[in-house]
Amino acid sequence: MTATPQSEIALALDASDSGGQYLTFMIAGEEYGVEILRVQEIKGWETATPIPNTPEHVLGVLNLRGAIVPIIDLRKRFNLESVAYGPTSVVVVVRVSNDDQERTVGLLVDGVADVYRLETADIQPAPDLGGTINTEFVHGLATVDNKMVILLELDQLLDLSSVPDATPDASAPDEAETD
Amino acid sequence: MSIDIDMAEIAQLFIEESEEGLATMESGLLELTMGAADPETINTIFRAAHSIKGGGATFGFTEVSEFAHHVETLLDEMRQGQRQVTQAGVDLLLQSVDCIRDMIASLAEGDIDVTRAKELQVDLETMLANPAEPAATDNADPSTSNAPNAEPGATIGWSIHFKPHAEMLRSGSDPLRLFRELEELGPLDVVVKGVDELDFATLDPQVCTLAWAISLHEPAPREQIEEIFVWVVDECDLLVDPILAPSTPMATPTKPKKASSNGPDSGSIRVNIDKIDALINLVGELVITQSMLSRFNGDFDFTQLPKLRDGLSQLHRNSRDLQESVMAVRMLPISVAFSRFPRLVRDTSNALGKQVELQLTGENTELDKTVLEKIGDPLVHLVRNSLDHGLEIPEIRLAAGKPEVGIIALNAYHEGGNIVIEVVDDGAGINGEKVLAKAREKGLVASDEQLSEDQINNLVFMAGFSTADKVSDLSGRGVGMDVVRRNIADLGGHVSVRSQPGIGSTFTIRLPLTMAILDGQLVRVGKESYIISLVSIAETIQSSADKINQVAGQAELFQLRDVYLPILRLHELFGIEADSTNIDDGLLVVVEANGQRVGIFVDDLQEQQQVVIKSLEANYRQTQGISGATILGDGKVALILDVPGLIQLFYNQNAAGQNPTPAVAGF
Repeated sequence: MTATPQSEIALALDASDSGGQYLTFMIAGEEYGVEILRVQEIKGWETATPIPNTPEHVLGVLNLRGAIVPIIDLRKRFNLESVAYGPTSVVVVVRVSNDDQERTVGLLVDGVADVYRLETADIQPAPDLGGTINTEFVHGLATVDNKMVILLELDQLLDLSSVPDATPDASAPDEAETD
Repeated sequence: MSIDIDMAEIAQLFIEESEEGLATMESGLLELTMGAADPETINTIFRAAHSIKGGGATFGFTEVSEFAHHVETLLDEMRQGQRQVTQAGVDLLLQSVDCIRDMIASLAEGDIDVTRAKELQVDLETMLANPAEPAATDNADPSTSNAPNAEPGATIGWSIHFKPHAEMLRSGSDPLRLFRELEELGPLDVVVKGVDELDFATLDPQVCTLAWAISLHEPAPREQIEEIFVWVVDECDLLVDPILAPSTPMATPTKPKKASSNGPDSGSIRVNIDKIDALINLVGELVITQSMLSRFNGDFDFTQLPKLRDGLSQLHRNSRDLQESVMAVRMLPISVAFSRFPRLVRDTSNALGKQVELQLTGENTELDKTVLEKIGDPLVHLVRNSLDHGLEIPEIRLAAGKPEVGIIALNAYHEGGNIVIEVVDDGAGINGEKVLAKAREKGLVASDEQLSEDQINNLVFMAGFSTADKVSDLSGRGVGMDVVRRNIADLGGHVSVRSQPGIGSTFTIRLPLTMAILDGQLVRVGKESYIISLVSIAETIQSSADKINQVAGQAELFQLRDVYLPILRLHELFGIEADSTNIDDGLLVVVEANGQRVGIFVDDLQEQQQVVIKSLEANYRQTQGISGATILGDGKVALILDVPGLIQLFYNQNAAGQNPTPAVAGF
């Protein structure tokens, strides 16, 4: 499967005005959804190569048919307790774009749940949960079969450029001494 | 639709060819000696201008062809000896070359800005309108030869001698068509020569043995006539002489001459046919190996094991050779990057009132196209820097007992797995005291810090640094050298400077030959494998605790012969588990970067192999100490260590006096 063309993503976003299909997955008993056209593939979990000095939720990188793809542990990303990776643990490979750059990123989730078609009218905006919980990566909420599905705003969630450097003292000002 | 696409492709070809033509014109113009120009050089320039004009007209880029026409007219006068080759003329022509280049570059966007062309066109017309002083050797009647060629004045017609080369007909050129076109200009007299010698018994209809003498009784512009012959000019002897009252026959032999093949950056590259042949041979060998190995596919028994081994080692050799050959296809000589410097040095030194000789060596040194494309700008900056800051004006040079003419040398050569490019000048050198004072003033160096001479010199690469007394057009704004260093670091190379006051400076750039493949050494720390570029490894030694000294209870130094090396414990720096933290159990990989040496403490050495560099940034982002990743034989990802970055990280952490604790993301 090749990269989803930009136009297709744009189409998906357009389509979201009148609804669209969402892939949902489970994390700690809650069901989360992402636009299905953002999903490139779903693959089983295998140990990633860790990258030094990165935030804890970046598990490392995997080889995805020649491309080096970072893997994000969504449990850690949401500050949930970690569980042992089991046979149902899967990596949902999605495409995100920030700063005009398209990236392929793998999301480690507890398991894949379902695919739903949701109309725009079915999606409620994310309620304000107060200052303690950051809701900017929640696109909206939907109810399917009396269950709540949290739709994720992937671009916000996976804006890697905003990941702070793990070693803040490793930046330029000290260059003078080592040069 | 398909026709449009074809036209676009052809137009692209025109753009590429024009760029070559412009380069030819430029180098030709720079070669011209004032007053006594070599006619062949002028001819070369003229032909290049003419092809651009012809091509421009063919593809409907009238702005280009119109402008090129004026350039051509001026060149034609020089070529005919009707006009002296003057500095002013050459300068104007060089500006015109730039202008055409801009116009062609903007063709790609389909939006041509003609304001500059219009201005230059006025200049060209002014120069053409001024009675030119004829070249010294001119024996023609001044009243006729002074007249610009576009308005032939006393010319009442043209005598054209046209002798096709024997093979001209084979390329599909038809003399009859040419004559018909000529006839459109005015009444023609055509006399054919060589019919008598034709022998019908041995006649080869594809070989042209005839010649024609044509008289055109119409004072049409010379360009129109030459334009008719433009497609066959390489395949015939063509003389176009004006028929004048006092006739002044001017021979304009046009010999075919290949344009320089060193085009500037473009999407396509020209590859030597030998390289392609080598590639095809290798593919042939690979196919043979494949068929040999496929025999084992059916029934295999262990008696065939040695043969299988042979086959596999042959496959290994084939793929390595193939890889080398494919990489060689991307390799271009550095002359592509060097070719812009004669012009740059000439223009800049004129502007600065300095006399400079540019020496280029090692122009045939080959390096990867991507590296080549990106090294141009940093090189320009370094050369400009040497011109502006390095070389002194003639009076000062004489006073210092140096020759009036300064020298800037660009040297390129291979050294190990690197290509080295040096920018050498014999100017004033770097004034260490001034640099240090400036650095202290800007707070880049602590006032009590003592630096070695080399360290001081390399301060010039720091951001916000300039020692130029005055801000000039060229340099002195304090941006630049740090950008040079960063650009070169992005290419995986590094730059350093050596300088002796009063004698000169040498900037040395070291670059990897290619950015795609790296000879790496796998090292293991705990469960992780990392790759260290072989070129940065000096040696690997067994460490032993009795050679370790602790400085202030923290920094560890290892005594290697008579030097002390800081020990960089990779497991501490990366926060991972190692087999053992005992210095006796592991190995020290001694690496060197930017003149600094450290010993990297690892658990074990694994194999050496060539690895394909994959970007981490494509899907993640840059990480300090890591230059990329690769995929090992088992499909696992291994990270490639960026030695300079790693050393920097190590020093920064030592300076902070603590081990890193990965920060939790703030969202």
